[in-house]
Amino acid sequence: MTALLDTLFNGLAIGSVLMLAALGLAVVFGLMGVINMAHGELMMLGAYTTFVVQNLFKTGPLQGLFPAYILLAIPAAFLVSGLAGLLLEKTVIRRLYGRPLETLLATWGVSLILQQFVRSVSTAFALGLIAAVVLALLAPRFMPQAWWQQRWTPLLSVGLWIAAAAAGIALASGLGNVRALDQPWFSARNIDVSAPQWLRGSVDVVGVTMPTGRLFIIALTALALLAVHWFLQKSVWGIRIRAVTQNRPMSNCLGIPTETVDALTFLVGSGLAGVAGVAVTLLGSVGPNLGGNYIVDCFMVVVLGGVGKLLGTVVAALGIGILSYVIGSGSLLLVWPAMPSGLNELVTFFATTSMAKVLVFALIVVFLQFRPAGLFPQKGRMVEA
Amino acid sequence: MADLLSSRALRRGLPWVLIVLLALLLPAVLPPFRLNLLGRFLSLGIVALGVDLIWGFTGMLSLGQGIFFALGGYALGMYLSLNSLEPGQLPEFFSLYGVQSLPAFWQPFASPLFTLLALWVIPALVAGVLGYLVFRNRIKGVYFSILTQAALLVFFNFFNGQQKLINGTNGLKTDTARIFGALVGSDAMQRNLFWLTVVLAVGAFLLCRWLTSGRFGDALIAIRDDEPRMRFTGYNPTAYKTLVFAVAGALAGISGALYTVQSGIVSPQFMAVPFSIEMVIWVAVGGRGTLIGALLGAVLINYAKSLVSEALPETWLFIQGGLFLLVVTALPDGLVGWWRSGGPGHIQAMVGWPPLAATYPELDLDPAVQAEKAELEGGAR
Repeated sequence: MTALLDTLFNGLAIGSVLMLAALGLAVVFGLMGVINMAHGELMMLGAYTTFVVQNLFKTGPLQGLFPAYILLAIPAAFLVSGLAGLLLEKTVIRRLYGRPLETLLATWGVSLILQQFVRSVSTAFALGLIAAVVLALLAPRFMPQAWWQQRWTPLLSVGLWIAAAAAGIALASGLGNVRALDQPWFSARNIDVSAPQWLRGSVDVVGVTMPTGRLFIIALTALALLAVHWFLQKSVWGIRIRAVTQNRPMSNCLGIPTETVDALTFLVGSGLAGVAGVAVTLLGSVGPNLGGNYIVDCFMVVVLGGVGKLLGTVVAALGIGILSYVIGSGSLLLVWPAMPSGLNELVTFFATTSMAKVLVFALIVVFLQFRPAGLFPQKGRMVEA
Repeated sequence: MADLLSSRALRRGLPWVLIVLLALLLPAVLPPFRLNLLGRFLSLGIVALGVDLIWGFTGMLSLGQGIFFALGGYALGMYLSLNSLEPGQLPEFFSLYGVQSLPAFWQPFASPLFTLLALWVIPALVAGVLGYLVFRNRIKGVYFSILTQAALLVFFNFFNGQQKLINGTNGLKTDTARIFGALVGSDAMQRNLFWLTVVLAVGAFLLCRWLTSGRFGDALIAIRDDEPRMRFTGYNPTAYKTLVFAVAGALAGISGALYTVQSGIVSPQFMAVPFSIEMVIWVAVGGRGTLIGALLGAVLINYAKSLVSEALPETWLFIQGGLFLLVVTALPDGLVGWWRSGGPGHIQAMVGWPPLAATYPELDLDPAVQAEKAELEGGAR
């Protein structure tokens, strides 16, 4: 009994992290059909935001409030990742609606840039970047208006951006000579976020040890799920989002501002990635490569659950979480010690985290053979396009 | 008439003359290290050709080509590990994990003939089975991409975790193995491998050109542009897609084998997620749907990568990420596509020296005609 509860709890804990991470992706991919390969990196931004907030609370006047920093980190991470996602939507994804494969490649490029960005960002780097962007955006104002209606205008704007980038690089490398400005903020090493004391203990419930950190993540996931459900089902903007999902041209005709809806959906989805990033910091040290560990799992959750259904995401995440834990820990052997030897060997063969992943993913691929649209497919009579 | 013939013969023959000259000249000019790099990148060009077949021509974006690449590499790596042993011995790493006898699936790789077949047949079979299962269910678009990536992770984790079977994360080293009595890592052998790579790359190019030029190629393009219509016309896209995916898998296997012997190791890193996506960007930069673009893109980008990584390692990811964005937003047809659609002429026209028009200059340069032309081109895409 205890073994069963223990398995259930650990599976739930793994599944809830997965669910939190996949929730934002389900919103963006499910509702907008946009593949965001940078989703994992938005999680990473959330994790690094947590790190920054924690450092703010470590010293100075806020020191007394350290136990509560995580409560502030959640909205902060939501905001940072959400705004990064909004910027991504406004600059890149907006141009690529209706071309999912291109979106996939472009967001992968963004994810590479974000990874390297947190590795090498320093004060000098940030100042150079800001200078380049400001220069490129402001310079046209100081040029004759007529220059912007010429044949060679595209060349001019390309040249302008190149010049601005060169100026920014020059400024950054110039400032880089000052030691204090050249110090990277995070560097390529992993960072450790120390959880407040109250999240480090554990609670015993009927003989099962439940770490409070895990319980916190489960609670956070449940809360996020309820919030998203409420937002999509009850709020005005949620209804608009669902309307655009179902029929974009008709929603447009009825006066729903579809562009704002797109931006909002992306902001919410990206913000949820940030919240997932906060949760991940409670599980161990995090690094610039954090996103890569989660992105494929998240996509599997969304695909398995069925696109556009939150319930599917919930079931799929918990299913994958529990299955991975049961297989990976080999806990079947504990429940059934007198297993035939052939089966026994098989269970031991898959009883590592990476081999469990092999089996779970293979099972998902097999499952999709029978239900290509996932667990909870959207009903409709759409001709496949 | 004679002029025309000779110029035609010239145009046909010139590339071949150039290839032969370069292949003979480069080993004499380049230091062994650079030659080895070039050979490696050229072998990556072969996998890029496969990516171009399935993505550029058929419209299926596979993020799992690393599977087939690595399978080809492992097939050759296993043969080389066995080939340089005394009879009755086991490859060294087995003793570390206490394995006493050779696992059964290693046995056939002692035969060179079997290996030569296996290094492209096994990837092709795996690709064929995987592809058939996926295509039969009409899974396509981004779902196909995600599924191939999941399959990639399955293989990666399997090879990475199985020390006792395949030396896990350490991979198989081929540098110190022997083939035809010579060290694989020696300069002379590497030069021969470079020539082999050139021959195979040209062969793969010709194969792909043959595949894409006839009716088969038309079918592939039809699948890319409108699959439901193709199905309604009475064709079965599943067969075409499976076949082309298997061909791409075979090309990836050959490429992986060549890359393995030239880089000296095959490891699960060949199945890392970023590497398989990089293959797509080589094709995208070179020009999707143009075969020469795939080859050029693979060689150019990898050369740029090695140069940048030597000088300023931390900037490469920025450049690579920027390339993804640039190619998707500004250069959807890649460099070769841009060149063929008159890209340089557009730039000339922007600075005020438009290229000579073929027919009526006034008509050709009329803004209204130009706009209509652009619209037609846009609609055709």
